[in-house]
Amino acid sequence: MGLNTIFDIAASGMSAQSIRMNTLSSNLANAESVSSNSNETYRAKHPIFSTAYTQALSPGYFFGDENGGAGQGVEVVDIIESQAPLQLRYQPDHPMADEAGYVAYPNVNVVEEMADMISASRSFQNNVDVLDTAKTLLSRVITLGQR
Amino acid sequence: MDSIFGVHEQALMLRSQRAQLIANNIANADTPGFKARDLDFRAALDQATSAGSQTQRVSVFRSHPRHVRGLEMTPVSLAVSYRVAEQPSLDGNTVDTHVEKSQYMTNALYMQATLRFLDDRISGIKSAFRGD
Repeated sequence: MGLNTIFDIAASGMSAQSIRMNTLSSNLANAESVSSNSNETYRAKHPIFSTAYTQALSPGYFFGDENGGAGQGVEVVDIIESQAPLQLRYQPDHPMADEAGYVAYPNVNVVEEMADMISASRSFQNNVDVLDTAKTLLSRVITLGQR
Repeated sequence: MDSIFGVHEQALMLRSQRAQLIANNIANADTPGFKARDLDFRAALDQATSAGSQTQRVSVFRSHPRHVRGLEMTPVSLAVSYRVAEQPSLDGNTVDTHVEKSQYMTNALYMQATLRFLDDRISGIKSAFRGD
């Protein structure tokens, strides 16, 4: 209970946001990766966040415990591939073009990914701030009564 | 021993639990469908300081003796409720990061104050022991 749990919660948030950054950078790096087969073309990957209730699964636990039923942070339950259609570009000279002359480019929306990246980095910073404050408070608690 | 620290003992516990709730809100700022929660501090402190309010059982209607009884809830968890968002996002998330951050900071400051009160109390008792 208490301040120690905040470390775990903030760490889970940081970890989830860094997974998000990982998928984002993978998407951006592969934004122009073409393949000869449209089935093998890279598709944008997105993490799915979910609230982690680790304690809720332990026996004898219900939502009202001494934690005030606080969750235990966030977890990435899955990484899905975007179902958006691939970008078909007419490039008959391209070595990867199909019979009709089209090349399938990934369905990565670069603008969307960049905006997502800013959001992820802000969320990461928020979790770092939370961790920092919790650390200050906990060190105050440790030195309680030493004056 | 309770009277030495007064209300600050319970306040410290509740402050840390509130910090935990808000940290959880901030960690879930991007989780779809997550509903931000917070502690009604006054209600929680009232519950925690009033005598004989250790756990309360939520009353549920039971038409059969083998039905599950209501959950036992601690006073703190009874004071936890969902935040009413001004602008819930389309994915059902009600975390407003700025509100949460300012609440977290305020909570941390009040916790520092509580710690200071406890510190003063301890040093007061210490000097009483020494008698100088």
